[in-house]
Amino acid sequence: MLKHAGLIAFGFVMLYPLLWMVASSFKPNALIFREPGLIPTDIDLSNYTDGWNALLHPFSHYLINSAIVVLGSLLGNLLSCSLAAYAFARLEFRGKRLWFAVMLMSIMLPIHVVIVPQYVLFSQLEWINTFLPLIVPKLLATDAFFIFLMVQFFRGIPRELDEAATIDGANHLRIYLQIMLPLSLPALATTAIFTFIWTWNDFFSQLIFLTRPEMYTVPIALRTFVDSTGESSWGSLFAMSIVSLIPVFIAFLFGQKYLVKGIATTGIK
Amino acid sequence: MSVIQEISRSKQNVSPRRKGDGRWALFFLAPWFVGLALITAGPMGASLYLSFTDYDLLSPAQWVGLENYTRMFDDPRFLNSLAVTFTYVFVSVPLQLAAALGLALLLDKGMRGLALYRSVYYLPSLLGGSVAIAILWRQIFGADGLVNQVLALFGVQGQGWVSHPDYALGTLMALNVWTFGAPMVIFLAGLRQIPQMYYEAASIDGASRFRQFRSITLPLLTPIIFFNLVLQLIEAFQSFTRAFVVSGGNGGPSDSTLLYTLYLYLKGFGSLDMGYASAMAWFLLLIIGGMTVVNFLASKYWVFYDD
Repeated sequence: MLKHAGLIAFGFVMLYPLLWMVASSFKPNALIFREPGLIPTDIDLSNYTDGWNALLHPFSHYLINSAIVVLGSLLGNLLSCSLAAYAFARLEFRGKRLWFAVMLMSIMLPIHVVIVPQYVLFSQLEWINTFLPLIVPKLLATDAFFIFLMVQFFRGIPRELDEAATIDGANHLRIYLQIMLPLSLPALATTAIFTFIWTWNDFFSQLIFLTRPEMYTVPIALRTFVDSTGESSWGSLFAMSIVSLIPVFIAFLFGQKYLVKGIATTGIK
Repeated sequence: MSVIQEISRSKQNVSPRRKGDGRWALFFLAPWFVGLALITAGPMGASLYLSFTDYDLLSPAQWVGLENYTRMFDDPRFLNSLAVTFTYVFVSVPLQLAAALGLALLLDKGMRGLALYRSVYYLPSLLGGSVAIAILWRQIFGADGLVNQVLALFGVQGQGWVSHPDYALGTLMALNVWTFGAPMVIFLAGLRQIPQMYYEAASIDGASRFRQFRSITLPLLTPIIFFNLVLQLIEAFQSFTRAFVVSGGNGGPSDSTLLYTLYLYLKGFGSLDMGYASAMAWFLLLIIGGMTVVNFLASKYWVFYDD
């Protein structure tokens, strides 16, 4: 009993900053600096309306931009990583071990080692200030982590199924489409949720590739908001921060099972 | 199970089946091969080359040999950012893992509410990398922030933690520790794999709870501790968003939060010193790679593999 009390108290302290941010987003600015408590003495929705319209574009504009990047990344990762994973899990080809090792190493590669030449490449293609530098790499399976995740999953699917299909005359494309993908929904769901959350939260590459205000995604818009308002309007800054966290929170609520399984089996964040 | 085990075992990944799906492999791997060439390996080679040049994006790269690398060690801002990053990594990661392990041990198998606790503790890991949380942190540890409001309740006069050079980095470390949930979930999964009969046998022999922890749980958990350590170190070295947002993009006050990747960004994309930024990126890879190799070598002495 004592232990439960301790665990609950600790959880409460951990989440307190978040809860307080939610509460503060409904408080007039002056109160944010005076009230460490959670219950607002005065509820005020103007932080949300002010924040929504505080930047050059209404906040919905940035939400849509982020949604486009997320959607493109999602489709890219699901398709390209599952294709590559099928080859590593089910096909025999020359140099397979080597390529597999290369793929694993690329998971650990810091983005900083490639970002400068990528920037040069994308600016020559005139892709800066478009969403292409953020989406096209995903279509090319550069998030190798998900290849690994799906290889692990594909290996667990009984080979008897492919063999039966081969006898019935199915080729690899059909086995991939009609056996592997339908049986791999948990792995695809894990990939989808992590891609969603990571892309939504991603700051570094979006900061580099998107510099025109109409192309800003949510993180970049928020950062601009901090710079432009400074310390004066924490209320609306909090309000928009919460708006930006809601999609992640929803993904967390509905995808918990896959998230926990995904981290537990592969050790990602 | 994990990427790391996979790397050390990749020799065994031969599946006995008919040879020669070469064309199919080419088809399935085509996107990945293109990505590897154009997005990963190509740019890697290019940045290695650029690291030996003077390059500002506008005029052609000028070969300067090792100058960028030697300049780095005469650059006090670089040396400072290195020191800041090492402090950040080697203080916050052990604390984060200790919190993760401690909580995982408290959350016994099959205890009531386990799933709920796990979710609550895990949530910060999902949000911690976002700009929104960095903004929150900046307010909480500001002069009029939540922390000082709470301290004031106890009659303590706090100060602007994020604006004081002695404390600003500490707030970033606190943020890293706050995200202990992800390694905790990995620890929980590891704890679940320890066979219950070990504990039963130990109880019959009269081993105390502490003795059981020391002689069963801890040794069998060392591979997981190792795995978490390697992963979190690599990740912490690349922390960027929190330093950028909390410091307002300059690593201040007095460069006290100038994490390595933030300085790299400022050099490469702020002052367009892209040769220097590339050299910094390769040096970062060297640090991370070297540290990981040392970790693997050291693991022989403390990581216990059951199989």
